[in-house]
Parts: sequence; C-alpha cells; structure tokens
Amino acid sequence: MLDFLIQVRDFIAQPWPWYVAGPLMALVMFILLYFGHEFGISDNFRLMCAADGADKMNDFFKINWQSGEWNLLVALGAVFGGYMVSHYFLGDQGNIAHISDATVASLQEIGVKVEQGKVPMVPEFIGWDALLSWQGWLMLAGGGLFVGFGARYAGGCTSGHAISGLSALQLPSLIAVVGFFAGGLLVTYFVLPLLFPL
Amino acid sequence: MRMSRYIFVGMLLGFILYKSEAVSWFRIYEMFRFQSFHMFGIIGSAIVSGIIIVQIVKRRHVKNVEGNEITFNDKNKTIYRYLIGGFIFGVGWALAGACPAPMFILLGSGKTVFIVYLIAAMTGTYLYGVLRPKLPH
Repeated sequence: MLDFLIQVRDFIAQPWPWYVAGPLMALVMFILLYFGHEFGISDNFRLMCAADGADKMNDFFKINWQSGEWNLLVALGAVFGGYMVSHYFLGDQGNIAHISDATVASLQEIGVKVEQGKVPMVPEFIGWDALLSWQGWLMLAGGGLFVGFGARYAGGCTSGHAISGLSALQLPSLIAVVGFFAGGLLVTYFVLPLLFPL
Repeated sequence: MRMSRYIFVGMLLGFILYKSEAVSWFRIYEMFRFQSFHMFGIIGSAIVSGIIIVQIVKRRHVKNVEGNEITFNDKNKTIYRYLIGGFIFGVGWALAGACPAPMFILLGSGKTVFIVYLIAAMTGTYLYGVLRPKLPH
C-alpha cells in the first residue's frame, strides 16, 4: 500500500507536459461553471479591497464581498496547493524550470546568470533581497500594481479572459489577450534588458 | 462544509500551474520571446478544450449543481478597456513573471516576498476603482 502511494506521488511529481496542463485548466473552468461560478482569479483583489474597507470609500468596491467567498477560497486553495506541490511533489529533478536552450542563451545575453539544467522555478532576483534594488521593486511591486490595475480595467486576467472568455468565443477577450501580449512583448524586449545585470 | 470544495479546486489549480512550470518567471520570459511552444501549448490546449466544453454545455443545456441551466453572459462589445487594460496587465505580467493565480501559488510555496506583489495588486485594483469614472471604456 505504501509502495503504491509512493508510486502515485512520484507519478504526480514528474514535470507535467502542456497537453496535460491545458485540458486540466479547462476542467477547472468547467468544475467552477458546474458549481455556478465563472473562473477568474483577479477578482479576488477587488474582493480583498472591499473586505478591507474600500467599500466605504469608493462605489466600485460597494459589493457584497461575502458573495465572492467561493473565489477567495479558490485563491486560498491555490496557496495550499502551492505549499503541498513545492514541499512534497518536486520530483527527483528538484525545483527547476525546464526552459529551452534558446531562452538560457538569451537570458545570459541580457545579463541574467543561469545555467541549463539548474534554472530555478523562481529566479534569485525575485526574493526579499531583491527589494534592496530598484529593479526588484519595479518587478515585484511595479508588476503587481500594473497587474492589479490592468486586470480590473480589462475586466479579467489570464484565467478570466484567455481561458474563460476565449472558451466562450468572446471577441472582447481576444482583444484583451492581444493587449496582454502587446504589453508583455514591449516589456520583455525593451524594458527587461535594461534591468540586468542586477 | 459545502465551501470546502472550492479549496480543492484551488489546490488542483496550484498543482497544474506549478507542475507545468507556468508559475515560473523564466517560462513567462520564454513565452514572450517565442522560444518554446510550452506556454502556448498550455494556453492553446486549455482554450481548445474549453471551447469544446462550452459548446457541449450550450447544446446539451447542461445544468449546474443547483439544477439551473449554465449560461454564458456576453461581454460588452467595446475596445478601449480591453486593449488598454490588457496592455497594462501584460506589462505587469512580464515584469513580475506571474499573473494572479501563480502569485497565490508561489506565496504558498514559501516565496513570502509575493506579499509585496499582492499588496501592490490590491493597490492597483483600488487605483482603478478611483480612476474608473475618468478612464475610457
């Protein structure tokens, strides 16, 4: 029995290919639809603002945040899932990202020190130490600020537009995804090279 | 107890995005450099599976757990909010290398610094709420 459980654990702990992850994301969307809700993680920022008292300061946050309890629990579950997977399901290769050789080369080109086969899941420059540099603040606090603002302005993030919206063939979601890529490409090609080496 | 099911859905989400490495800053960088099919495969196969699911739900009039037919609301057909908002979101996505779901997952994995991202994202959301009447939608 124990051997079997270890085999299951090791099976789950392998890196998951895209053709497993993608359909499972659609399954998450369907489970939430079945429970009567629309998949969209970024709405939690609005719910958290409302719960923290923003509902008394601004009309946009005058919502019954308790009705979004289900979504806050999905976010909480994601936190638990992140804990479990990173502590018990890392697999024999450890906590690494299997990025392509081309990506390793272009990272080295802009001054990010990485070695193929030893690329960590989360870069060293994303950590508390990062906050000793302006680049770290730009990536974490700046990134968060843009994500929070942009997601609500556009009415959704990757889960709400790219997955839920495009699955329901919503043209506005396609426009939003085009916007995601326009912004992401601009930063990746013209801003990130200016941030390194740290 | 009924609410605990949402925690399990979130955990599943955490496993999918962590084991497929979609939570990694490096994978997002790789995607925006078009240097691997991986992220496009995840998003693309999620959309294709999602389209099939939505079509089946619509045609068979699938009911949700409460017995009501599952419906899909059309989004308002405007351009500005999606294009400009999307652009701003994309800027943040490429900078932090994480969209909202991976942020929660990484927070749980022990990367406590993502609390800074979370507070910043709530600030950004609040800022949008304040500026909303003045922005083109």
